[in-house]
Amino acid sequence: MSSSAGKRLGERAIEAFITFSGWSSILCMLAIFVFVLREALPVVPKIDFVELFTSTRWIPAPAKGNPAHYGALGLITGTLTTTLLGMALAVPAGLGAAVYVAEFASARARETLKVLIELLAAIPSIVWGFIGLMVIGPVVARVTGAPLGTNLLTGGLILGLMSVPVIASIAEDALRAVPDTYREAALALGASPWELVTRVLFPAAKKGLLAACLLGLGRAVGETMAVLLATGHANQIPTSLVDPVRTLTAAIAAELGEAPKGSDHYRALFVLGALLLLLTVAINVTADIFVRGIRTDGAKRAR
Amino acid sequence: MSAASNPFAPSLHELNKERITRRGRIITGLLALCLAVPVVLLLAVIFVEAMPVISLELIWGNATDKGRGGGLWGPLIGTFYLVITSVLIVSPLGVGAAIYLNEYAREGTATRIIGLAVTSLAGVPSIVHALFGLGAFVLFAGMGASVQAAACTIAVMNLPVVIAASREALGAVPRSFREACWNLGASRWQTIRTVVLPNAWSGILTGVILAVSRAAGEAAPILFTGAVFFKHVPDSGLARLLPYALDDTFMAMAMHLLVISTQVSNMPPERPFAAAFVLVALVLLINAAAIRMRMKLRNNRKW
Repeated sequence: MSSSAGKRLGERAIEAFITFSGWSSILCMLAIFVFVLREALPVVPKIDFVELFTSTRWIPAPAKGNPAHYGALGLITGTLTTTLLGMALAVPAGLGAAVYVAEFASARARETLKVLIELLAAIPSIVWGFIGLMVIGPVVARVTGAPLGTNLLTGGLILGLMSVPVIASIAEDALRAVPDTYREAALALGASPWELVTRVLFPAAKKGLLAACLLGLGRAVGETMAVLLATGHANQIPTSLVDPVRTLTAAIAAELGEAPKGSDHYRALFVLGALLLLLTVAINVTADIFVRGIRTDGAKRAR
Repeated sequence: MSAASNPFAPSLHELNKERITRRGRIITGLLALCLAVPVVLLLAVIFVEAMPVISLELIWGNATDKGRGGGLWGPLIGTFYLVITSVLIVSPLGVGAAIYLNEYAREGTATRIIGLAVTSLAGVPSIVHALFGLGAFVLFAGMGASVQAAACTIAVMNLPVVIAASREALGAVPRSFREACWNLGASRWQTIRTVVLPNAWSGILTGVILAVSRAAGEAAPILFTGAVFFKHVPDSGLARLLPYALDDTFMAMAMHLLVISTQVSNMPPERPFAAAFVLVALVLLINAAAIRMRMKLRNNRKW
């Protein structure tokens, strides 16, 4: 009797732990917000938020006697331009590869490509940055005649390569989630495989494909080490493809080590972190709502 | 027989459709190739450049002269420290969360919010994880820059990876298995322990292996939470295998690659290539193990 009571108690403890783990992701997410904001808040009254978004004067640690300036426009445009360039490359390549893998490839080619996509996704971002710095950068410099290989173009290429596997694998899932009855109906009506893809599968998987692009975008916006090494370090609004830029993420990674703990500079970097956090959470939650949208639609259709 | 008199000959319209489909297949196939070729090419470049210094000494030796000579033993063992500690933290939490979501929680607002938290957590940029780790573990929890602070930071980052993979593995176990067990009078936890988990084990392990691979490659989250460029590693004895303490700083592969490729002057170029090669090889081997395990699992499925 007592052993069974002991067992019951052990089971209770385990179930309590399981419930706690279940809520742990919420706990972590709240903790991230709390701790990033906690470090950022003391400097917030000193920041002019109009300046933050409209000026490129980022002087968080001025020489003695001079006022500090917190203008992050250069960093924001750095993030936007590298991300857009990366997306311009990754979206067609990722969606094209997804269509090929889901609809055209033989079983063997499909398996090989899927494994390659997975390996591509596994390469650490520091290695991507290193590749940008040492391999792609020099090629870009030679081809374009730019003085430096570390610039917007190299950063965009690297971000494109890094986002492709995310887009391709999620887009492929979305295409596969379209019920086979759609395919059968389209083919029975005389549609060619290409018409099937463009007129039936794309509209049916629209939300999932959009979610794939958004998640790729999220990865590109938040990418740190790759852009730290591959984009050069110039806090400016780029005027050409081969201008060096600096992104929000790279600014945090490069400057946090130098900023004394608790200084305004240090806290200003946490403000940038909070901006990034809000931006990426918004992107990911939107993507999640789209993905869920298709699931419930599918369930309704199945009925 | 002329084409006009053959009633089954394809019409011009049909021929056109076929041509478009062929073209679509070729274009998407090329896009898929766009994705496969650079990976293979870039990995080949890394390997070729690293060739001159690849030897057993590269793995076993201590770094000398700021990484300009010698081996990678210190960073490698530090990476193992980080990986093992972080996986020990994240595995029970992640698997517990998956069990909660899949076996205990009723589908509803609570699971919806937890799901959103998991997606948001997956989208948090690695540099924001670094800020969080610095604010929460290094400063607030008083761990200081150490193995444990870095491992906690990486564990939070990997939580959604383990939850997603484990949830999928648990979800793949047919409901009839559970019902059979409940009908024998088993409690919820007994059913999970004796029926559900044994059948989901390899899927869960795949998720844990993916977490290992991410922990090995990440640089940003450990930058400010405990990784350092140089730390003395003894030449012999047990201390050679266990050179770091959990509450002390450590060397890591990703950090090592970052510093030797950007911050040490007169670095012989094959050195960072060799470090990149070892890091990529490590991560890809771990991932290949995960992929193999999943394929085996798919083939061995009993239901």
